[in-house]
Amino acid sequence: MTFQHQHAAHCESGTIANLLRHHGAQVSEPLAFGASAALGFAYLPFIRLNGLPLIAYRAQPRAIIKGTAAAFGTRFRFERFSRPAEGQRRLDELLAQGQVVGLQTSVFWLPYFPETMRFHFNAHNLLVYGKEGDDYLISDPVAEDPQRCAAADLARARFARGVLAPRGLLYYPAHAPRAEIDPTRLAPAIRKTARNLLAPLPLIGVRGMRTLAARIARLDPRDARSSPFIGHLVRMQEEIGTGGAGFRFLYAAFLQEADARLPGQGLAGFAAELMEIGDAWRDFALAAARMVKGRDALDPPAIAALLRAQAAREETFFRALLRAV
Amino acid sequence: MKTEDVPQDDNYTLGGHRKGVYARDAAGRMVLVSSRGWEVEEIVTDQALHTLASQAAQAHARALSGLAAPLEYWMYARRMDPELLAQTTGLWRWRVRRHLRAEIFARLSPALLQRYADALGLPPAQLATLPPQP
Repeated sequence: MTFQHQHAAHCESGTIANLLRHHGAQVSEPLAFGASAALGFAYLPFIRLNGLPLIAYRAQPRAIIKGTAAAFGTRFRFERFSRPAEGQRRLDELLAQGQVVGLQTSVFWLPYFPETMRFHFNAHNLLVYGKEGDDYLISDPVAEDPQRCAAADLARARFARGVLAPRGLLYYPAHAPRAEIDPTRLAPAIRKTARNLLAPLPLIGVRGMRTLAARIARLDPRDARSSPFIGHLVRMQEEIGTGGAGFRFLYAAFLQEADARLPGQGLAGFAAELMEIGDAWRDFALAAARMVKGRDALDPPAIAALLRAQAAREETFFRALLRAV
Repeated sequence: MKTEDVPQDDNYTLGGHRKGVYARDAAGRMVLVSSRGWEVEEIVTDQALHTLASQAAQAHARALSGLAAPLEYWMYARRMDPELLAQTTGLWRWRVRRHLRAEIFARLSPALLQRYADALGLPPAQLATLPPQP
């Protein structure tokens, strides 16, 4: 069967949806994202990327792959390698068997990414669906069209080191998935998402947003490092994997699909409300970017207040969602 | 966000690529729309790129005046910092910092040079050189 590439908003949910669809499952990117309870928030100041804290808007890497596989009654084989040559040999072997193979890679070393988007982020996901000469045929879900990548470049991207180092990780389904999602998986996944957002931990969920808001409120507007901190926050949110608004829209799309499978729970109404929350995340990003650009004066307490308002809205939303399902 | 409100701001940072975003169509369904970028994203990505470029330019100037080894320039040119270069080479951070000094760099063993070369994806000989412009 020839492989069909499909564009997506997020790398891991897009990769897993493309891969399971190739194996005959009826799965969209939003269904994968929601069924794996991928929506989240974590402010991890002790993990630093170029000196700035990690702000994650989603579950940890591989959670989407594992969660989606479970919802479709399969699981994945994950393989890591100590040496690039072994990693490449195994990839070639699986391709020769006709497998489409998922990889975790760095973004920085993938030459088909535009120069301006190449940062050292190690938890990118893509599929390899063939090889022609020295080039691997790549389905990168954040790209509109299939890509090609030379073997040496792909090896470098797979074996990049540092935070979240992929160590050559490749994955493929251990056996064929179900054609349709197990509908009993949906309500528990929704409850898990709501509980993640409402977690009683200071760095996670809406409390994590409040901790981050407190950190922002303490930024000194005269300090040259304050503007990059706020810019970084927006970049984590909107540009890299479409965190804030993008993930709310993606989750709203999931709630619409879930509504068709779990009628009578009012999920379509929740989807509509989440779209509005997503729009407010966009307003937040816009206000922050205007300060970064110097169109408005840098006002950390104002940014912090907007973030607290988002935390309050999401707290109300997820409490209601938890009661409904 | 409605599908017709999806920004199409031609971000230079997307290099002509389009990204997928979900938006609400006329029937109220969320669908994937291809976007040529949103100015907000361009602003913050540009800020990050500008920070990296100015770090590289400062390191270039330091290396030209002999205050630092060209290795520091190549580190920033590869969008790394001492912490990331330490993780990538498997060396301690304080050793990496020390190796950025011109007089220490000049005495590095070929094995260490090779480690830096591998981490940065450059031939070892290039680590001791500087391009004319940062």
